[in-house]
Amino acid sequence: MSVLPAASHAPAITVKNLVKTFGAFYALRHVSLQIAPGECVAIFGPNGAGKTTFLRILAAISRPSSGEILIDGQPLREAALAHHRRLGVIGHQSFLYDDLTAAENLWFYAKLYDVTPLAPRVDEVLAEVGLRQRAHDRVRTFSRGMQQRLAIARAMLHRPSLLFLDEPYTGLDQHAASMLTGWLQKLRSERRTILLITHDLEQGFALADRLVIFLRGQVAWEKSTRELDHAALRQAYFDLVAGAAPNQRSRP
Amino acid sequence: MSHWRKLVALIWKDLLAEFRTKEMLSSMLLFALIVVVVFNFTFAPGSRAITEAGPGILWVAFIFAGVLGLYRSLVHEVERGCLQGLVLAPVEYGLIFLGKAAGNAIFIFLIELPTFLFFAVFFNIDFWQGLDKLAVIFFLGTIGFAAVGTLLSAISVNTRTREIMLPILLFPIEVPVILAAVNATASALAGKGWGEISGWLKILAGFDLIFLLVCFVTFEYVLEE
Repeated sequence: MSVLPAASHAPAITVKNLVKTFGAFYALRHVSLQIAPGECVAIFGPNGAGKTTFLRILAAISRPSSGEILIDGQPLREAALAHHRRLGVIGHQSFLYDDLTAAENLWFYAKLYDVTPLAPRVDEVLAEVGLRQRAHDRVRTFSRGMQQRLAIARAMLHRPSLLFLDEPYTGLDQHAASMLTGWLQKLRSERRTILLITHDLEQGFALADRLVIFLRGQVAWEKSTRELDHAALRQAYFDLVAGAAPNQRSRP
Repeated sequence: MSHWRKLVALIWKDLLAEFRTKEMLSSMLLFALIVVVVFNFTFAPGSRAITEAGPGILWVAFIFAGVLGLYRSLVHEVERGCLQGLVLAPVEYGLIFLGKAAGNAIFIFLIELPTFLFFAVFFNIDFWQGLDKLAVIFFLGTIGFAAVGTLLSAISVNTRTREIMLPILLFPIEVPVILAAVNATASALAGKGWGEISGWLKILAGFDLIFLLVCFVTFEYVLEE
């Protein structure tokens, strides 16, 4: 089963003038961004810059206050189920049930995603993340790194064509981190669209085609990785963050 | 067919996780039994007051224990972001609601049976004659309770005072269901026929239908920010 979309000239993601407010607080202010099919975009920014809010809205689990989002040219709200069918998300939390085994967790999600054939696919992803030997152990007995590996398995179970990764390296041991990097590089070579949120400038620079810095709910800086080197990215990031005032209230 | 498979998967996941630890069921059952025992001590054995208050006591035990279960079932979903995992899956929000509500209803049914037997023994109640009626009353009462309870626990689980918020939101809305269930149970235990309890059963069925429909439709707005 593959959930790669049919060939299309429309951008994979188009965001126009996106605003998200929580009361008087502007979490996102008129954000506009386009991501081409097969492109990997890394988003950086200090805590509270609006990165995770942006990702949650693009994942259709949070409603924007205003603005337009198109996924493959279709309005997100109208195509939310189809969007979820081909979206894989790795977030701060594992989305795993502690009292189910690794295999049971994957079976459960595989049924929700209509993965067929189910058993061989579950076995395959467990092997890919090196957890086949622990398939029948409860998740609560897993270390943080193992849980994150299983979360990666869960996210790749339905072979998503669109990946949203929010700080995916948090809490990973060396083995899991290199496994994740390998998996992301494989996905990039398959031209899957990736949106990566990270604080790790080096990691983001190494993986992405395009780099974006969020600041106070806005796209403050945007460049292709071909236009600069890692040192220039660091310089730009620290210049922007150091110059940013903390006040985010009330003003659109 | 796919919807049915997903619904079964949602219920299976809750049952499997719970039967493995029995944390929620054991605390719900223990709590319900304690309620029955405590109320039993407040009445003189064989008094008329026991017969009159019995159905109310029984439903107090079911409802309080049920609140415990409703609260914990959603807390488990939120703990590791599992609720977000469900929302991100290609599953309609209504189906997630039905899965959670069905799981909650099954857990409440499971504590109702031993609690009722315990209640019958403690309060010396002859229930055999009205057993079929009681089964229907418990079924309808539990469906209405679990439907609204699931929706409101999803609302309250994201609040700071979630332990207290759920009963505060739930009990006023559940008044029609509790009233109808208590009165129907009293009639069934008094040996009255179907004709005499049918009015209460219609109220229960009506509220179940309304609650199920409203919760099914509105669950989306509860889960999304």
